[in-house]
Amino acid sequence: MAGKRMTRKGARGFFWILPSFLGVLAFYLAPYADVVRRSFFGAVNGQFAGLENYRTVFGNPAFLLAVKNTLRFTLVCIPLLVAAALACAVLLFRSKYGGVIKSAFLMPMALPAVSVALMWRMLFHPNGLLNQWLSHLGVAGCDWMNTKYAFWVLVASYVWKNLGYDIVLWMAGLSGISESIYEAARVDGAGEWQCFVKITLPNLKPSFYTITVLSFLNSFKVFREAYLVAGDYPNESIYMMQHLFNNWFREFSFDKMAAAAVSESVVLLALILLLQKAWDGAGEEEKKLARKSRKTGGSGGRLGVKRRGKK
Amino acid sequence: MKWKGMRKNRAGKGKKAGEIFLRAILAAAAFMALYPVFFLLAGSLMGNDELLRDLGPVIVGEGGQAAFPLLPSYPTLRHYVEILLDTPEFFVMFWNSVKITAGVLIGQLLVGTMAAWGFAKYDFPGKKALFLLYLVLMLMPFQVLMLSDYLALDKMGLTDSLWGIILPGAFSTFPVFLMYRFFREIPDSLIESAKLDGATDWQLFWHIALPMGSSGIIAAMVLGFLEYWGLIEQPLTFLKEKSLLPLSVFLPDITAADQAGAAFAASVLAFVPAILVFLGGQDYLEQGIMAGAVKE
Repeated sequence: MAGKRMTRKGARGFFWILPSFLGVLAFYLAPYADVVRRSFFGAVNGQFAGLENYRTVFGNPAFLLAVKNTLRFTLVCIPLLVAAALACAVLLFRSKYGGVIKSAFLMPMALPAVSVALMWRMLFHPNGLLNQWLSHLGVAGCDWMNTKYAFWVLVASYVWKNLGYDIVLWMAGLSGISESIYEAARVDGAGEWQCFVKITLPNLKPSFYTITVLSFLNSFKVFREAYLVAGDYPNESIYMMQHLFNNWFREFSFDKMAAAAVSESVVLLALILLLQKAWDGAGEEEKKLARKSRKTGGSGGRLGVKRRGKK
Repeated sequence: MKWKGMRKNRAGKGKKAGEIFLRAILAAAAFMALYPVFFLLAGSLMGNDELLRDLGPVIVGEGGQAAFPLLPSYPTLRHYVEILLDTPEFFVMFWNSVKITAGVLIGQLLVGTMAAWGFAKYDFPGKKALFLLYLVLMLMPFQVLMLSDYLALDKMGLTDSLWGIILPGAFSTFPVFLMYRFFREIPDSLIESAKLDGATDWQLFWHIALPMGSSGIIAAMVLGFLEYWGLIEQPLTFLKEKSLLPLSVFLPDITAADQAGAAFAASVLAFVPAILVFLGGQDYLEQGIMAGAVKE
């Protein structure tokens, strides 16, 4: 660890990090180590239990339900969100009013979940607004939050809330593609669609990895709306990991919580390291692309990208 | 600008119609994104009679269907008066939210900027591993860290205290990562020449890092504000005492007919600070979002 060789020349940098690191150590690392320890011990007798807690957790129907729902939610939401955001980003990128519309899409990010939840309750109540609109169209509604449709309400809520975030990310990717590549392709007679498939998509590959992972990690926050609308025990189609952790916490089942937290963090750690690798790989690719676009006279800078349409 | 060049290349009426169609879809989607804001505003300005007439089926559960106009016919500020003057709990919760958000942001400003600067412009053994650790922590959802958070707070006697929410937030690694990305952009040559002129480490931080990385710092603050103003999981888990709860977990009972208007007004008041920060800091917000993903 860094601390050991701190006195050596060049280690001054660590002092800048020290205050932050002490806090991280006290509030995150040390207690996490305790959680790992606890996951191998019984909660009541404090005796070493080996993998017993893990066995209990993986045999627990509520845990399996929460894992299943979380996986299902992820597999439905992420492709939907990422694709929808890409479509919007491509359209907005060329539009004169792109900046204004993008602001509209970003707005849900600023709305606190309590405000959203109030709206949701009005909208998805059995006698609520959605059913009323549907009845105008001659479609029979249903009790949205207490049936399997609750899942889709949550999907919609997630996409609604995160669309703007992903659009910004995609547009950052788009602005990194040199216009001269498009011009060259058009001179060669390529159409809009061909340009999109042959130029835009391949060039966005580096952004794709990170957008997917960030969207995935944001998906855990959908618990907020689910909780505020449906409480501790919602329809079982939206019973998420956070519900389960909350309920175990209330029962003081710290042994189960510890084993579940360790298992989940291992899975997530694997995913994050994959991201790291993808990031590095993408970095290489980007460097190559940057070299290419420098040759053709495009711009490479990314972080300083300003909002378009607002000048 | 790039798009101008692209539009010049476009001709033909068919394409134009398609363009208009796509724009219309986008505008409709943008309207849907904004609808809840209009909805809550309209609801908060309606009198009880009007609310009961339009939302009665939801509020008191009588038969029939709810209907909702976009604008109130007889706008009134009564509910705001009710909340602001006659509901002391609202003020307590609002104040708790302010304390939590301000505490976390000040903490992040103090320790976060320093750590980000250390990671961005210094080299020391183990830096890579330490940075990876920060990255991993930043990406872990609350549920994974919930028990460890609780154990730490319990040991320090911070459960059922606002400090139990503020301190872990202040040491969150996300703003460190964000500001790091911006500090990295500061050219090394500038730092070198300042060093040649005899600047100390502290002067470098104060006169170069803070001013030149200011957009990164603001971006982190904007994102942090939106996150902590709407915080749900932590207060719900760690605060048992009702008088400590922040506004973000305040959900009034709307099934009582005379409370619905107040609920609307309360939720509007809850999002006003967030919207102001959003509108004032949108450029920084976007830069912050991008910094989370774009590899230098």
